[in-house]
Amino acid sequence: MTSATFPASEPQPSWTRYFSFNTDAKVIGIQYIVVSFFFFLIGGLLAMIIRGELITPEADLVDRTVYNGIYTMHGTIMLFLFIFPVLNGLNNLLIPTMIGAPDMAFPRLNAVAFWLVPIFGGLLIASFFVPGGPAYSGWWSYPPVSIQNPLGHLVSGQGLWLTAVALSGVSSIMGAVNFVTTIIRMRAPGMGLFRMPVFCWTALAAQSLQLIGLPALTGGAVMLLFDLVAGTSFYRPEGGGDPVLYQHFFWFYSHPAVYVIILPVFGVFSELFPVYSRKPLFGYVYVALASFIIVGLGLVVWVHHMFPSGVAQWMRNLFMVTTMLIAVPTGVKVFAWLGTLWRGKLRLTTPMLFCLGGLFNFVFAGITGIMLATVPVDIHVSNTYFVVGHFHYVIYGAAVMGVFAAIYHWFPKFIGRMPYEGLGKLHFLLTFVGANLNFLPMHPLGLMGMPRRVSSYDPEFAFWNVMASLGAFLLGVSIIPFLLNMVSSWVRGPKATHNPWNAIGLEWLLPSPPPEDNFGEHVPTVISRPYGYGTGEPLVENQEAIERALTLQEARA
Amino acid sequence: MTTALPSSPQGHGHAHGEAEHENHSLTGFIIFLCSESVIFLAFFSGFALLKTSAINWLPAGVEGLEWRMPLLNTVVLVSSSGTIWLAEILKARGSLWGFRVLWLLTMALGAYFLYGQAVEWSGLSFGFTSGVFGGTFYLLTGFHGLHVATGVLLMTLMLIKSFIPGNYDRGEQGVQATSLFWHFVDVIWIILFVLIYVWQRH
Repeated sequence: MTSATFPASEPQPSWTRYFSFNTDAKVIGIQYIVVSFFFFLIGGLLAMIIRGELITPEADLVDRTVYNGIYTMHGTIMLFLFIFPVLNGLNNLLIPTMIGAPDMAFPRLNAVAFWLVPIFGGLLIASFFVPGGPAYSGWWSYPPVSIQNPLGHLVSGQGLWLTAVALSGVSSIMGAVNFVTTIIRMRAPGMGLFRMPVFCWTALAAQSLQLIGLPALTGGAVMLLFDLVAGTSFYRPEGGGDPVLYQHFFWFYSHPAVYVIILPVFGVFSELFPVYSRKPLFGYVYVALASFIIVGLGLVVWVHHMFPSGVAQWMRNLFMVTTMLIAVPTGVKVFAWLGTLWRGKLRLTTPMLFCLGGLFNFVFAGITGIMLATVPVDIHVSNTYFVVGHFHYVIYGAAVMGVFAAIYHWFPKFIGRMPYEGLGKLHFLLTFVGANLNFLPMHPLGLMGMPRRVSSYDPEFAFWNVMASLGAFLLGVSIIPFLLNMVSSWVRGPKATHNPWNAIGLEWLLPSPPPEDNFGEHVPTVISRPYGYGTGEPLVENQEAIERALTLQEARA
Repeated sequence: MTTALPSSPQGHGHAHGEAEHENHSLTGFIIFLCSESVIFLAFFSGFALLKTSAINWLPAGVEGLEWRMPLLNTVVLVSSSGTIWLAEILKARGSLWGFRVLWLLTMALGAYFLYGQAVEWSGLSFGFTSGVFGGTFYLLTGFHGLHVATGVLLMTLMLIKSFIPGNYDRGEQGVQATSLFWHFVDVIWIILFVLIYVWQRH
């Protein structure tokens, strides 16, 4: 391993590999991301219809029943077909390259998990065309609404919804088993757990949550499906069942699911702030461990979604306290990022801007989260737009912006070309302004008492709704520079070097794009902690030789 | 795709990607089993919650569950955990035929359990849709039975694989994984038996 030799720039394999059952994690990662953005456009279109309806107080754009289907499908598509797949795409690209593994532990299982996504996505979209339309009981799918089948058809929108969610669960479990095994078993020599990049820590934490939480939802969904199609009464009070039991199953997974989404984004923040501040990550060990404290606490907070559902008072108090405790490990992370930024040499590139904007939105969402954790406030604003605003700040304001940051940051590595900065900054500006204009007005609306999931409302709510709708349309427009940037830079962007951002990490010691088996047999030995910015400490043995070989290879190409 | 990670214990011996991945299958399987146990945990806690809060637990005309036949089934399943353990020991000692005989015995005990379950089901006066009592009973025993059937299927595959020459040269994790799965199914049954048959009073 004295001098790293890479196969001299092998000919680019055919683009058709993206349409095949390929087992290379880097191909699967890009497949995940592209497919997820396809569904993102569909979910986004539904959001535009919702905001178009809400721009006037009257229900004038779509029929009320159709509206119920639209918000149900908007939530379901955005969560199960956009945000989870896009994060699994990042996991596929980043985990093996960051830990120096040639591929995932189970490449074929990985490919099967991916190909399930377009299958259940197709099923879900198909539910628009069955008699009775798609599921209309909201993305929670609470009984008794979700176990009604008034038309009596065997194939109903709700049945398809449940099947799709169950398949999504199967796919996510396959992915989670794969990611956890890969991180535990396939790290480069010298990379102990406390030399692992924080993104891998957060991925490990998030995927552990999937493994613990998803089976509960799957179990609950199977029982719901039996109630819907087989006539059992698990959730039917007339047969001795209990509809609140479903809420327990649903939120036991779906609250941790929010951490499954936000933890990898914390990982992205922790990776990017050091790069663009030129300083080591402040409090690395605490940031890494905080992820697992969030996992532990995140599993015992679910009842805060059910404060108005008639749960016992002691349970409300208990879950209020655990929910508020989550602010501690999260606060540790925010503090660490601020400590990293403090007196750093900030470079305001597109990925850094998305990180800063995402952090800003996340802190705002955290504050409203603490408000919602308090039982009296929660009961007051339950089922109002306040909750919708809080949730969208977390998911769009923080998580999706973090995903965009990650895409701009690692695009050169995996595509081999640089994205355009101008378009990227325009994208950031439209996203940041659009998200805040869209989601901030939802808070006053909720406090004023506007319920969620309605298509008409009292005219006194009109002003904030017009603002929110304008913000939503701005967000819709913001996707145009993003797509333009991705397509044009992929086709003809300037060639990327192996390390265009001057970042530290195993993935930046690979050519851009990396060869199929990454380091192959020349996995470098890790000799220090990650994020050694400004310390001059090398990350791996013979780092200079590896970098010289890469530069030489780039000069020859 | 030739890879050999120096970090993995058997990484130096062979350089082919597929064999390398084989090493992780037991780890992956254990992780999967941990996850699978949560479904049962969800069903069990749902059962307990529904039972403690129900006003009329038993459907009209049902007196309770007969426990003698299920107890015999429990004894059969628990002893099959012993036979599969012995089969693994024999295999480790190099007695391939001893392994096959005990493995086949385990399969027979598993099949008998399924038969006993089927006999019990066919003699019951209530169905899947007989209120929440019938629903949870068939859901729990059915889902567990599905796991027993999967276990027997896995054992059949492993038995066939044991006749392939050179199959164990690179270590064999399939037998270990199947045995682990079988113990898992056994432990789940014991909890299920206590919940459904022992805890009958409402």
